[in-house]
Amino acid sequence: MFAELNPVFIHFGCKAEALIEVLAAAQQSYGCLSPVLLRHIAHLLHLPLSHVQGVATFYHLFRLSPPPRHQCLVCTGTACHVQGGGLLLGDLQRLFKFPGCELGSVRCVGSCSGAPLVVVDGVIWTHQTTASVIAGFEQVMP
Amino acid sequence: MTDGLRFCTSTSCLSRGSSRLAQHCSEVARHHPSGLSVKGVGCLGPCSEGPLLAIDTGGVSRLIALKDSALEFFAADLEEHLGRQSLVDWHPSRSREIFPDEPFIALQRRLVLAHCGCIDPTSLDEAEEAGAYLQLQRVLEANDPLALIDQVKLSGLRGRGGAGYPTGLKWAAVASMTGDNKVVVCNADEGDPGAFMDRTVMEGDPHALLEGMVIAGFAVGADRGFIYVRGEYPLAIERLRQGIEQARQRGWIGNSVGSSEFSFDLQLRVGAGAYVCGEETALIHSIEGRRGVPRPRPPFPAEYGVHGLPTLINNVETFANIPPLLRLGLEAYGQGTKVFSLSGHLQRSGVVEVPMGTSLRTIVETMAGGPSNGHRIKAVQTGGPSGGFVPAQYLDTPVDYESLRDLGTIMGSGGMVVMDDSTNVVDVAAFFMAFCREESCGKCIPCRCGTVQLEMLLRKLLDGSGSSSDLKQLESLCHTVKASSLCGLGQSAPNPVLSSLRHYRSDYQALLHGEVCL
Repeated sequence: MFAELNPVFIHFGCKAEALIEVLAAAQQSYGCLSPVLLRHIAHLLHLPLSHVQGVATFYHLFRLSPPPRHQCLVCTGTACHVQGGGLLLGDLQRLFKFPGCELGSVRCVGSCSGAPLVVVDGVIWTHQTTASVIAGFEQVMP
Repeated sequence: MTDGLRFCTSTSCLSRGSSRLAQHCSEVARHHPSGLSVKGVGCLGPCSEGPLLAIDTGGVSRLIALKDSALEFFAADLEEHLGRQSLVDWHPSRSREIFPDEPFIALQRRLVLAHCGCIDPTSLDEAEEAGAYLQLQRVLEANDPLALIDQVKLSGLRGRGGAGYPTGLKWAAVASMTGDNKVVVCNADEGDPGAFMDRTVMEGDPHALLEGMVIAGFAVGADRGFIYVRGEYPLAIERLRQGIEQARQRGWIGNSVGSSEFSFDLQLRVGAGAYVCGEETALIHSIEGRRGVPRPRPPFPAEYGVHGLPTLINNVETFANIPPLLRLGLEAYGQGTKVFSLSGHLQRSGVVEVPMGTSLRTIVETMAGGPSNGHRIKAVQTGGPSGGFVPAQYLDTPVDYESLRDLGTIMGSGGMVVMDDSTNVVDVAAFFMAFCREESCGKCIPCRCGTVQLEMLLRKLLDGSGSSSDLKQLESLCHTVKASSLCGLGQSAPNPVLSSLRHYRSDYQALLHGEVCL
């Protein structure tokens, strides 16, 4: 079960300190941290499930539910905020309606010269407006 | 001499189409195997002009700003020009040259970023050719950790992560601890929004950081190190992974470093999105695979850090300062430099490294060109959610730790967000408070509940339904949260509010609906 994780466990020698690395690798391979997966990790690292669950829910980048088909993250950094990022997020929350796509926000990705920006499936779109994001998604979607 | 093209491969230029540029360059280079050398490099500086390209011809380099629309013609243009002559007088169509005497370039002093943008960050050979690991070798040959620590002390180098604690003192504290097992940690959890200096270093010249860390390890007698880098920086993570592997193979990391008796193992730890992990005790917990929750100090990490071992924690830029400091010597190093990331309402934004003590006006007006036409600077925000605002009338303040503190803000890690007169500072204060509310780990009550109440009061004022007693409560609660929170996050969360109240009280008073102002 979850064979893709075996190299990670071997690399870190199943030590508890590897938990965050293991969780990241697990999410990378399986999309999200499902209850079965968390149990498996707890078992192999000899940790209580509560501890593993506690760590998995503490950090923003871990997700417990399956990832959407496409993801649109509006940057909420300072430079984006003062250049319209806050309004962009608010507008999109009303208008962004693509099935299977998730709208969210992301902390500053350090590419502030492109503010306001969105990160779509890991790719940065610079200088966005509500219209340009929606037009961009119409192209992404079949 | 072969003409060369260097294109920026950093995150910002990547988002502006530099991978297409890379493709074009390599394709053309394939047709001209002897006539053109092409490589990807780290950040070239003025990110807002990207994608950026440097053309090297016979010892002269020119920096070219391409626009998205220029990429379409780029390959054909380059191909045609190469067929005829060298690239000395080539100006790609629809591009603009950024001249070396433009203030953005001319006023910089690049120590930390000396090789960033020049060398291929994925090549250890190029880094070594530029002098990487020479200082480590010298340090190992001299074999005198105490003299090394003295030199760092005398240089006056202070932590570049924000707090500004003297680096030499920190090193001496860890060195004085007994025991054979000590740890060096690099805090690369650059969480402040608007800060991307450390990302620039890690993406552009990872070996500068690694060399600084190994030297620090030797100075304090550590046998292992960790780099804790934030998960939001995939490219920096990749570059560090590769750099560590290369350095390990070349013998700069691992058993008997540089054939000496000193051994130092280095590992990468990738964060998973938690701003509070920039706080050192929270960061230690996260390295240990636990929730990133801070704990009271003392004991300080120098005494009780990762796995209970004496631990030295410095920021990326601090470590990256060590090789140039040792190379130049105290006199030539002088006051050192500070790297800033410029963003917000500016004509030109990006990364600059300037001598310590350069005035804010020089940086944001002369170098970055100020806000776009018709607008004036209202504030320069420094220090992120832990910092504050510098109003326009104080722009002549020199940028150093004390001057900024006297103004009610902090140097911080180097993020500088410029806000023009269209900005509502109360809204920005509420934005920072929302950030801290969301990032509070929840361990201590003043931070967990205080940030919620503070944000609520700010929203009430912004809605126009606040009263003067709300304003009074806001101010007093700020002081409570500041005084009674457990860690740096809570203690500094009220700073943007207090700073904006100090400099822009009238903006708050204007929001008090129909009331006589205080």
